[in-house]
Amino acid sequence: MQVEKFYYDNKIVKMFAYASVLWGVVGMLAGLLIAVQIYLPGANFNLPFTTFGRVRPIHTNAVIFAFVGNGIFMGVYYSLQRLCKARMFNDTLSKIHFWVWQLIIVAAALTLAMGYTSGKEYAELEWPIDIVITLVWVVFGINMFGTIIKRRESHLYVAIWFYIATWVTVAMLHIVNSFEIPFSFMKSYSWYAGVQDALIQWWYGHNAVAFFLTTPYLGMMYYFLPKAANRPVYSYRLSIVHFWALIFIYIWAGPHHLLYTALPDWAQSLGTVFSIMLIAPSWGGMLNGLFTLRGAWDKVREEPVLKFLVVAVTCYGMATFEGPMLSIKSVNAITHFTDWTIAHVHVGALGWNGFMTFGVLYYLIPKMFNTPLYSKKLATNHFWIGTIGIVLYAIPMYWAGFTQAEMWKQFTEEGTLKYQFLETVTHIIPMYITRSVGGAIYISGVFVMVYNLYKTVQAGSFVADEAAEAPALAKVVDTHGKQYWHRWIEARPIQMLVFSLVAVAIGGILEIVPTFLVKENIPTIASVKPYTPLELQGRDIYIREGCYLCHSQMVRPFRDEVVRYGEYSKAGEFVYDHPFQWGSKRTGPDLAREGGKNPDSWHFMHMLNPRNTSDKSIMPNYPWLYANDLDTAITPAKIRAMQTLGVPYPAGYDAQANTDLEAQAKKIADGLTNDDQIKKLASVSEEIDLKNIQKKEIVALIAYLQRIGTDIKGEKKPTTASLP
Amino acid sequence: MKFVHYLEKISGVDIYALSSFAIFFTFFLGVAFWAWKADKNMINEINQLPLNN
Repeated sequence: MQVEKFYYDNKIVKMFAYASVLWGVVGMLAGLLIAVQIYLPGANFNLPFTTFGRVRPIHTNAVIFAFVGNGIFMGVYYSLQRLCKARMFNDTLSKIHFWVWQLIIVAAALTLAMGYTSGKEYAELEWPIDIVITLVWVVFGINMFGTIIKRRESHLYVAIWFYIATWVTVAMLHIVNSFEIPFSFMKSYSWYAGVQDALIQWWYGHNAVAFFLTTPYLGMMYYFLPKAANRPVYSYRLSIVHFWALIFIYIWAGPHHLLYTALPDWAQSLGTVFSIMLIAPSWGGMLNGLFTLRGAWDKVREEPVLKFLVVAVTCYGMATFEGPMLSIKSVNAITHFTDWTIAHVHVGALGWNGFMTFGVLYYLIPKMFNTPLYSKKLATNHFWIGTIGIVLYAIPMYWAGFTQAEMWKQFTEEGTLKYQFLETVTHIIPMYITRSVGGAIYISGVFVMVYNLYKTVQAGSFVADEAAEAPALAKVVDTHGKQYWHRWIEARPIQMLVFSLVAVAIGGILEIVPTFLVKENIPTIASVKPYTPLELQGRDIYIREGCYLCHSQMVRPFRDEVVRYGEYSKAGEFVYDHPFQWGSKRTGPDLAREGGKNPDSWHFMHMLNPRNTSDKSIMPNYPWLYANDLDTAITPAKIRAMQTLGVPYPAGYDAQANTDLEAQAKKIADGLTNDDQIKKLASVSEEIDLKNIQKKEIVALIAYLQRIGTDIKGEKKPTTASLP
Repeated sequence: MKFVHYLEKISGVDIYALSSFAIFFTFFLGVAFWAWKADKNMINEINQLPLNN
């Protein structure tokens, strides 16, 4: 067989590596900002685009899709070429992939800052960006499969399996969760409503963790760990079982994000059972990684790359043990909606994704620049700084989560709640401060890495096209005996693609289809009506400002929650909620029964400065809602979009909607202008233009807040065992 | 309001839960068998791939 000479494309790997570092710094700084905002409301700067509700999605999107996203492409473009013994399929496609991905990141940052969000966590980007993501994902797919098809190595190493599964599953998740109906250039409503929207969203949300933050990084682990340790992976057979079991089980686990909610019980149970089963493949993979270093632990002492990879894999093991534990209903009853979830996520993000990325960067940059790393000592220092950062981040959050959950649930001997919600928040402020110190330490470690890599790049000379040679792949692969059945799938990328899709689609279909089939069977509650035009506009402001990031709208059927918030939430209450706004964290109290709890004037004073009504509140001010006129020109388009989605507004209501909107706004405005407290506040506050208050956004938001959860308040309460 | 668990309304729904387990265990056993029976030389060869380039 003739040996062919070819060149690996290192330039594209370098570009993705630099982008990963750049966006990593940006995303982590955004994280640090919101970590400080949580105990220092002044750090929101009273500006819409620097306020927590808008910066938080910038942080999560930047870290997931920009830092880790570019990290994935860096790892895939480097390892795929070498495992396939081929240059990437097409250099132009590589460049398109790179630049369009960066364009998406910039567009995401700008639009999220401007308040354009779909209101679904980790899928916040609006429809035009969703379309561009789909297109660039196709470009990535063509480039990846093109490379696999023109490879010079007949076997497909398990890392490539993980890359293929990543590609196909992310495509499926993104498309299904992004079904939305646009009503303007940058805004849309989710195609799904309420319970169904929640199921789809968390099927997506959980599997974004699984197939964006985990499987591609497992692929990288299977390539870079053996490379860095210079020994093959502990058990290749185990990696086969690991791969298939992991992708098959992972897809079912999404409903564990919705335990004790209005989601059907059987779907919750499936989520729990499969989450617990996930321990097996996850730990199989972790142990396979760690056992690869058996007899070579002395190398870990000396080699910073291995230090990072070992702690990354260990954090993966910790997070994947903790995840199933959190999926047990009795544990979830304590941890859900608290900072425990934040701690859990960051053990994964800072430990697994962060340290894996750093380890790979320390490995790749010296290789591609043909020079040793500038300073192993600095890299080791980075390792220790980062580790201390993770510990100082995670422990206070576990503590805060557990403490707050306990405080939420405590009753006095007389049977009343022991703590007001705000007391449980101010109690954990020291933990929030410590967390931000931990985060700051972690980021300072990243700056040490940037310096170290910069000096390495300066000292080396970049090998843009790395020469390699390998014999061409025979047209017909010679198989004999029992090899045949293994090779039928193992070496065939299209079979691998199809089987991966089947494996991940089964779980999705079996969970989602029944929930949709019973759509007609959701007990429609006669008193639940569509939102009025003003409330709908207010709801969109609620979504724009990211209120759902700190306030849930889901009262679980627990004694403390029913006493604190009111009647537990029912599936039938959310049938017009496009998108659902159940939330996943209670930095502030639940709002599912907020309507009618406080007078309009309370909300008016509270939104201007929450300290006006709630001393020591950590909520930001929203002064722009008092200055901005409500955009009523868009009301008819919103009504039409809702009608398309099946919300039963009468035919032709779009033309009448603004009349109703104005009437309702006037009523609220009249009440406000006649309130003595408001008059007094307006006389000393420059932000309030009381004469024109009827036209301002705040009135729409108040209308919505006063509506939430009121539809069933008039109905007779069922007697529940959970009531005191 | 009388809240009826709406899953009781579609008949034979338990088949979804049961079939999911059946599919998974069949699949898992198949994959485990596949990995177990794989040719040793081939497995070793594939395992060396990251180190050969």
